Formats: sequence, structure tokens, C-alpha cells
Amino acid sequence: MAGVDPAEVVWQVGDAPGDLFGHDPLPPDPMRAAFSVPRAFVDLAQMAILHRDPERFALLYALLWRLRDRPGLMEDRADPLLRRIDALAKAVRRDIHKMRAFVRFREVADGDGARFVAWFEPEHHIVRANAGFFVRRFASMRWSILTPELSLHWDGETLNEGPGGARRSDAPDGDPVEALWKGYYAAIFNPARLKTGAMLSEMPKKYWRNLPEAALIPDLIAGAQAREAAMIATTSVAPRRPKDVATAWAALRDDAMGCTRCPLHGPATQTVFGEGPIDAPLMFIGEQPGDQEDLAGQPFVGPAGQLFDAALAQAGVDRSRAYVTNAVKHFKFERQGKRRLHQSPDAGEIQACRWWLTQEIALVRPRIIVALGASAARAMLGKAVTIAATRGAPIPLANGAEGWVTVHPSYLLRLPDAARRAEEQARFVAELRMVGARLTALA
Amino acid sequence: MAQLSTRQKLEILADAAKYDASCASSGTAKRDSRGGKGIGSTEGMGICHAYAPDGRCISLLKILLTNSCIFDCHYCINRRSSDVRRARFTAQEVVDLTLNFYRRNYIEGLFLSSGIIRSSDYTMEQMVEVARSLRQDHDFRGYIHLKTIPDADPELLRLAGLHADRLSINVELPTETGLKRLAPEKDGGRIEGAMRHLRAEMEDGQDARRKYKSAPRFAPAGQSTQMIVGADAADDRAIIARASNLYDRHRLRRVYYSAFSPIPSPSAVLPLKRPPLMREHRLYQSDWMMRFYGYDAGEIAAATDKATGCLPLDIDPKLAWALNHRAIFPVDVNRAPREALLRVPGLGVKAVDRILTSRRQRRLRLEDVARLTTSIVKLRPFLIAADWRPLALTDRADLRARLTPPAKQLDLFA
Repeated sequence: MAGVDPAEVVWQVGDAPGDLFGHDPLPPDPMRAAFSVPRAFVDLAQMAILHRDPERFALLYALLWRLRDRPGLMEDRADPLLRRIDALAKAVRRDIHKMRAFVRFREVADGDGARFVAWFEPEHHIVRANAGFFVRRFASMRWSILTPELSLHWDGETLNEGPGGARRSDAPDGDPVEALWKGYYAAIFNPARLKTGAMLSEMPKKYWRNLPEAALIPDLIAGAQAREAAMIATTSVAPRRPKDVATAWAALRDDAMGCTRCPLHGPATQTVFGEGPIDAPLMFIGEQPGDQEDLAGQPFVGPAGQLFDAALAQAGVDRSRAYVTNAVKHFKFERQGKRRLHQSPDAGEIQACRWWLTQEIALVRPRIIVALGASAARAMLGKAVTIAATRGAPIPLANGAEGWVTVHPSYLLRLPDAARRAEEQARFVAELRMVGARLTALA
Repeated sequence: MAQLSTRQKLEILADAAKYDASCASSGTAKRDSRGGKGIGSTEGMGICHAYAPDGRCISLLKILLTNSCIFDCHYCINRRSSDVRRARFTAQEVVDLTLNFYRRNYIEGLFLSSGIIRSSDYTMEQMVEVARSLRQDHDFRGYIHLKTIPDADPELLRLAGLHADRLSINVELPTETGLKRLAPEKDGGRIEGAMRHLRAEMEDGQDARRKYKSAPRFAPAGQSTQMIVGADAADDRAIIARASNLYDRHRLRRVYYSAFSPIPSPSAVLPLKRPPLMREHRLYQSDWMMRFYGYDAGEIAAATDKATGCLPLDIDPKLAWALNHRAIFPVDVNRAPREALLRVPGLGVKAVDRILTSRRQRRLRLEDVARLTTSIVKLRPFLIAADWRPLALTDRADLRARLTPPAKQLDLFA
């Protein structure tokens, strides 16, 4: 090393016109001060020097200069200069990798049979460094890779380098197999999971013009949402055989029997699943099974259930046509002596159990869903609401059904004041009557 | 019915194969085509030759031999009762397609799967024939992944392993009840039995190669599996526990998680809507934590929500774990062992290794760490550096809110 401080050096590639001041004669090389550098430096320099950044030589020389005094510097990966050169090397490695990925050969026939020719535009000076890969991979093939800077030709035995200056039009402009490849590209894409950002970060647009399949991308993206919607639509439009729904419901119920999605399954006796005709136009969602329901395994059989039945009869709604279920399907309680006292489920438990409710709604497809109480309303709407603000009027739901919110019958049972209770009960019955009327209107 | 063209068949059979998430072509034995009659090389790291607009890598020609099937699994588009158009390739057609694509540098190799026709043995035989022909008739040295049929004859599985780099058997659903409900003809016991068998064959193969260099390799890229997320009631805790079990018991290289995706003409048993793709992403992150960061399944379960059993969607599981275990933080970048640094949210394996070599040279300041990572803001509360102490920041009650990316409107019914 000639002992010239990095700040004093001007770099120039070949005969290219260099820096304005780059005309001093080269310094004599008197010191011949050889010193050894770590292997890591050589490896890094080999990569970084392929970068097209004109500063690369100066940066590497500066690093070399510092290495003479501090041989451990290569280990200091947080050093700003080393970081910068690391970044150059990383960009080069990525470019090498992308060339291996995105070179596309096209077949041409010449006198000696098939030949494969590709046109590629790398970002850095990587073509020569990458030749070995293509030789190893396509050893028995005859191929050429043309790039603006350099061309590579392999005849099955030796690799020849040709001059740069090639243009895209020097490569063949098509290959019949490309139609198959494009067909494959379009078919393997799943329109239900569009993630264009992820695609663009790995396959930036600058590569697109040399990738035959990239021409399809805009249409695939545009058609994706329509295709996913069509998939879902075919399900809701297609006539379902009642037998299939019955099988599906029974399987779902069996599955729910073993549910451990939240801790409530531990102390409870059993899962209390929904009940009723699986093509019911009307669905009621309660809060959770109580003491008696937990033992019986059926919803709405305890005191609140009896009150509910009476109110339905008064309102003229046919309970046998309704599907009855709960927001939470295990009994939550606190033990006090021999009694198990009801405890309201929390948001997490409702959320955990909502999976089952969503499945039940998807199978039964009721026209009207009535949420009894705040927990049920939360399960139906997916957010916390107050009963006072939501009761008495229909709420359109995402699946097309009509939602209603009213009180839970056990609320009526807990009201101590008889007059107040009678008043609330009348309101409850009135709201059920409204639901009944809506049902007739919708039918 | 009119004869289907190759292109039509390819489209049908690729469409049918896309629900398999895996497209990996890495981690197999190193080899190349020099000195051979054919083409192909594998050099450790796989290459993604294209990306589809779903963000997935296209590395292999991923197709089914046929999409006809005698099974009736509800989540599967190819089930017996589905009315999709059926097609079938001959072994020769698949061989030709693979070579034609490979020569043009479209792919790293082949991932072949199949619906089951006639019998498991018959189907497996056809698939093995494709791999055999590629390797023996054409001296193909690229990557081959064969989906294995659990009930097939062990001799066929042995042949499959001799020709293929990777074998896989999908467990399909994370729970036994889910499998019973959605894939009534599949048997969890038999699936795991076949995995056990493959593991034994792989270990025998490795033993033999230790003794004789010329002993044939058996599936050098190991075996993998896939679970469907969101089609049954399993929560993340159950899925992670199952994955960890599979890694331990059968030495799997990879477990893939595939968010259940709506399929054309689905069965009535299925949910209509897909689970959020973010859920799948969080599961992959937790998988990484188990494989590269030294967490065990129990620890990741501690990052799940107590009531729902699922990982939070708004923050990553490593951050969730750290927020639940603040007592072990902050960690000193200049002193902490590798294992402790790996637990710092935002520090990846590479960054940790660079910290370890750098700090042998000098004491690191916060700006040094910033140069080695992408976001120092996320890291700061959990780190001590030469010029930085987070003081009360680590214990702030609103730390989660400060580190959570701004919320986007969530789909109510997603």
C-alpha cells in the first residue's frame, strides 16, 4: 500500500474521464508496505466492489486504511463506514440473487439444435460474478445471457464472454412455452389473499419489463376482489340441501361439545348448544346457560326460559319456529355454599364463543336475530352497545339479516319492584310483538 | 367431453394445488448438473422465480397429478362431491412441463401432489414415477417435493424419498375433532404414523451415509406439513402446541399455516369467511420464535389472550411476550448473553449476532444499535446501552399503546 491518505486519493475506472482533479501522476510505490487483512475484508470487498456506486473504491480504501491500525475493525459491525460498505455488499448480493431468479430464457433453433437466450438488465456489475451459477445449473444446455454491459455464452463446455452493448431486441421476442407459464402464473395466484405490497417488495416494477408473466399482474389484481366475492356468492346463492345443513349442524354441535376456547369449560357441566329448526327464520340469542340449563344441556329451560316462553305466547310468536341459542355456551358461576351463582361473561369469553355463534348463524340463516340482553347484543354486533340506545328498532346486520335488541328475561325476574316489573315486562312483550310483525312482513 | 389441452389441464391442476402454502426449495443437498446429461442445481438457498399478487413466492411448479379424488374432505376444493372441472396429467406430461419450465429458468423444480384415485398405492406409484423419470431418464438435478399419501405402501414411500428432496404429509387440521368433522375419511393416527415412518427412514439414511459416502440420500430436505387455520374451532394456543409437538416428535423442517381460504362451491360445513390473514402471519411469527429464538410453546402460549387463546393481532407475539414479562427487561446490550438479546422485541437473529461481535471491540451506544436494526423506537424501552437507560419507560402502563402501530379499521366480521 502506497501510504496515501484516503482523503488524497482520486478514483478513476479504466480510461473513463474521472474527477476534475484526477490528473496528477500516480505516486511512486516506495514503501511496499504490505500488511495482511482479515478474510472478512476480502469477502466483503469482492461483493461491494461490484456495486455501481462510484464511491465504492474510496470507501473500501478508507476501510483498508483504517484496518492497518485496527485489525479488529471488521468485527465492529456497528461502525458507520463498515455499515455503509455492508449495505453496498447487501445490494449486490440481492442483485445477484434477483438475476438468478428473473433471467428468462427463450428457445431458438440454430444449426446445432436448441439454444436458450435471455436478456437481462442488472443494477450492478454482477454478470461475470454470476456466470458460475448458470453454468452449474444449465451445464448440458447451450445458452446465452445478454446484458447491456457484458454477454455470456455457454456452449456446453466453455464459457465465452462477449462485448456489452446488446439491446433487448437482440434477444428472441417470444417462446411458445411462455403461454403455459403465464397460464400457470395466473392459476396459482389465490385471489382471496391479495397482498400486492408483499409482491412488490420482492419483485419490484423495474424487473417487470423482462418478465413475461408480469404483463398479467394488473388484470389479476383488478379481477381479484370480484373473484373472491363470486366464490362467497356461489355459496349463498347455491341451493343448499337441507340434509347437508343438518349434517353440518350436527357436526358443529359435536365439535362444540369439546370446546376449550375459553376457561369456562372447566367448571361447567357441559356445552349448551343452540336448539330449534335449522331453517328457522327467527333466532334468539341469550346470554349464557344458567344452573338448570347447565345440568339439562338445553337452552332456556330454567326460570328465565319459562318467563321467555310466556312472553312469546303473549306476543303471539311461535317458539317452535325459532332457533334459540346463547352468546356464551358454558355456564359461568361463582360457588356460594351449595349454590352456583350466575356471573356475567366478560368480553373475552364472549369473543371466544362468538366463533360458534357465527357458525350457527351461517348455517341457520335466520331472517331476524333477536339479542336478549347486553352480552347477546355484543355477540351479535361485535361491539359493546347499551340496550337503551339500541332497543325497539331493527339494525341491519352484515349478513343481510335484521337484528333486534331487547332485555334478557332474567332481568325482569331480578326487578324487585312489582309495578316496575310489570311495566318492563309489557315493554318486552311489545318488542317481541314488533319482531313477530316484522317476521310476517319479511316472509 | 372434449379433450383438454395441456394449458387447460395445467390451469385446472395448478388452481387445485394453490391451497398448499409451501413453495420452499431450500435446505437440500448441494448439487449441480456439471458432468451430467441433464440440467439442474440446488445450492442451499432456494430461489423465488416470481411472486404472485398474493405475495407468495413461486419457486416450484406446484401442481396436482389429478384433481379427482375419492375422499370428501369438506375444506378441499377437490373433494368427491365438489363440482369443479376434473383433469389428469400423465407422468410424462408432468416430466415434460417441469423440464420445459426449468430450462427457461422459471422454476427451481417440482412440487407434485395429487387427489387420490383408485387407491392410495396406485396414486403414490404414479407420483413416484414422475420423480423417478425426472431423476433417472433425464438426470434432473433440480428440486423435487412430493406430497406423500399416508396409507401408501412403505416401499413406495422409500422410493419417493430416494428421488425427492422433500416429502410432506399434511395434518390438515390442528385438532382431532376438527379432522373428524371436516375430513371424515382421514385418520390422524395414520398421518402421524406415516410421519414417524419417514423420520425413521431419514435417520437410517443419515446413519448409512456416515458409514458409506455412496449411500443414497433419503429426502435430504426433510419433511414438512401444513395446518389449516380458521376452519375449525382451534385457537392459537392449540395450534402452537400442536406445531411444537410435531417439530419434536417427527423432526419436521417446517410447519406451514394456511389461513382457511374461501373456495368455489364449498361445503356447507365450512365457515363462509376467511380468518384475518394477520392471524396466519402471527402464527408464522410464533413459529419463528420457536425455531430461531429459543422460545418454547408454553412461553408463546403466555403471549396469547387469556380468554380467546389467540395471539394479539395488533402487535407481534415477541412484543406481546415482552410486555407480559417486563421483569427481565431492560437488557444490557453490552453484557447480556445471546439468549437474552434474542428476547428483545425488534432484535432479529442477525442483529444480535452483529451486536455480539461488535461489542468485543467497544462498548455500544444507542446509535450503534440503531445502525444494526430497523427501528430503535421499538427497542429503546427494553435496552440498556453505554449512553442509554430506559428508566421508568419499561414499566409504564401505557407502553403497549406507545408501541402498537396505529390501528386500522378492522373488518367487523373478519
